[in-house]
Amino acid sequence: MITVRDLRKHYRVHKRPPGLWAALRSVVSRTYETVPAVDGISFELAEGERVGFLGPNGAGKTTTLKVLSGLLHPTSGEVRVHGHEPRRRDDGFLREIMLVTGQKQQLLWDLPPADTFDLNRAVYDVPRADFKRTVDELVDLLELSDLIGKPTRQLSLGERMKCELAAALIHRPRVLFLDEPTLGLDVNMQTVVRGFIRTYNERHGATLLLTSHYMDDVAALCPRVIVIDKGVLSYDGSLEELSRRVRPEKHVVLRFSRAVDAADLDGLGEIVSREPASVTLSVAPGAVTDVVSRALARLPVEDLTVQSPPLEEIMSELFSRSRAEREPPA
Amino acid sequence: MSLARTLKATPTLFRVGFAGAIAYRAELFVWMLSTTMPFVMLALFSAVAAERPLGRYDQRELALYFLATFLVRQLTGSWAAWEINFEVRQGTLSTRLLRPVHPLYAYAVDNLAAIPLRMVLVGPVFIGTLLHFGVAWLPSSAALWAALFAAVLGGWLITFLINAAIGSLALYMESSVKLIDLYLVGFFVFSGYTIPVDLFPSWLSALGDVLPFRYQIALPVEVLTSAHGEGELSRLLLQQWGMVALLLTVTLALWSRAVRRYGAFGG
Repeated sequence: MITVRDLRKHYRVHKRPPGLWAALRSVVSRTYETVPAVDGISFELAEGERVGFLGPNGAGKTTTLKVLSGLLHPTSGEVRVHGHEPRRRDDGFLREIMLVTGQKQQLLWDLPPADTFDLNRAVYDVPRADFKRTVDELVDLLELSDLIGKPTRQLSLGERMKCELAAALIHRPRVLFLDEPTLGLDVNMQTVVRGFIRTYNERHGATLLLTSHYMDDVAALCPRVIVIDKGVLSYDGSLEELSRRVRPEKHVVLRFSRAVDAADLDGLGEIVSREPASVTLSVAPGAVTDVVSRALARLPVEDLTVQSPPLEEIMSELFSRSRAEREPPA
Repeated sequence: MSLARTLKATPTLFRVGFAGAIAYRAELFVWMLSTTMPFVMLALFSAVAAERPLGRYDQRELALYFLATFLVRQLTGSWAAWEINFEVRQGTLSTRLLRPVHPLYAYAVDNLAAIPLRMVLVGPVFIGTLLHFGVAWLPSSAALWAALFAAVLGGWLITFLINAAIGSLALYMESSVKLIDLYLVGFFVFSGYTIPVDLFPSWLSALGDVLPFRYQIALPVEVLTSAHGEGELSRLLLQQWGMVALLLTVTLALWSRAVRRYGAFGG
């Protein structure tokens, strides 16, 4: 169980205008400003939950993950992870969690990943039999057998990320904080990593909090999302509910056997995009059946799909709305 | 991490550290070559001592002193300050903070693990010294060998702890690399690495006694070359280990505050 209550993390940041004079002046007199990276967020995660933690750049996602993993101390508020106070970074806490970031690595650069695995076995005091079982399982799930004996520096980004994940899981953490784990990976590798994360969660019941700019990661892994923007929580709930609340309309995509005139599409719905032999319509959720039956009756429809708007559009809309709500009227 | 668990993890930390040292063998070899300053100083001082001895040093004594200096330097080296600075700037210190083993202990084992590789250079120099000068200059009893071990270990601990303290300051200053340069000034003057400290005027020697540098190189060298009687040796060893205790206290306090600051201001 993870509990976050009214968490605030404010940074004191040195501020200096550009230029030589400002640089010289900053030597004797510095100006600081307080930046609220996280500004009073609250949420709870049940054991074994998979939750997406979303927000634009600078929203406060990584700061929150660092607070949850004990690397940063909150300015105020209460944080509990499996009964531990993360800022104390006590032995029991460190054995239960792991933070994996797509940008920072724990693998020893000049040594094979197998050496990092062994190092983690030793520092987490994992019994050798358990270690062997875990490594065998991770090697199998992530297809690492050809990789763990090569120096890390010789691995591709995707291969390294797979080994990073394996190294992070040697001690079987019950809580996994994942910060952009698929950053920079190609589509195939993203799928592999996503599949692995899901399997680990299902097999071991680990709680999972994931940040990612790839909405496919979130859609594939997280039934629940928490959205944060400028340090403030703007949504906490299921993806479906988010979609219903922000962009309730459906996209009806029609492909035709021949080119169709724009006039033939009149009255079917708002056109999102159109080509001679295809169209995407935005339709109110209650009108989908009617629009589909009318389109089938009067147009040469070859293929038809009904979709929710892309998650990226939903998030973008949510951020615009929450910022508009926060900004004072002009 | 409990002490028992830390000790249990130590052989693996050491093994991985040694594997890392082998991976960086070219860099390590270059570092070892960069520690050949005693040979340069030996040539200079030998020329000066050709006509008359310098203090208690004739040419033979000078050769023994600087060969011993070279050997001790290989055994007491540490680069934790550079390592910590690098990891702070790269943001990879977080990885260490997430592991249930004290980061300073991990740095210490990592540094110690490179020592066996340095034996590649230390071994031939030591054997060459024995062949040329015989064994009469070496400690003559088990107690003196034990004192040598204590002095070398104390020398290494002081070097490591100063490095760790400077590294901790990187968490305050973003980079404390310039402080390493400042430390090296003190080291080169007072450690006996470039000038035997008993050639200093008395006031400078007295100053050197209360600074840590003298106990890093000069004391182990003096023990190795049997330069002190029993009483003086005991006094110097006590002073050295007093310095170790002081630096350990200061460094742990500094590290603890630095990590709290890192947690407050981010990294």
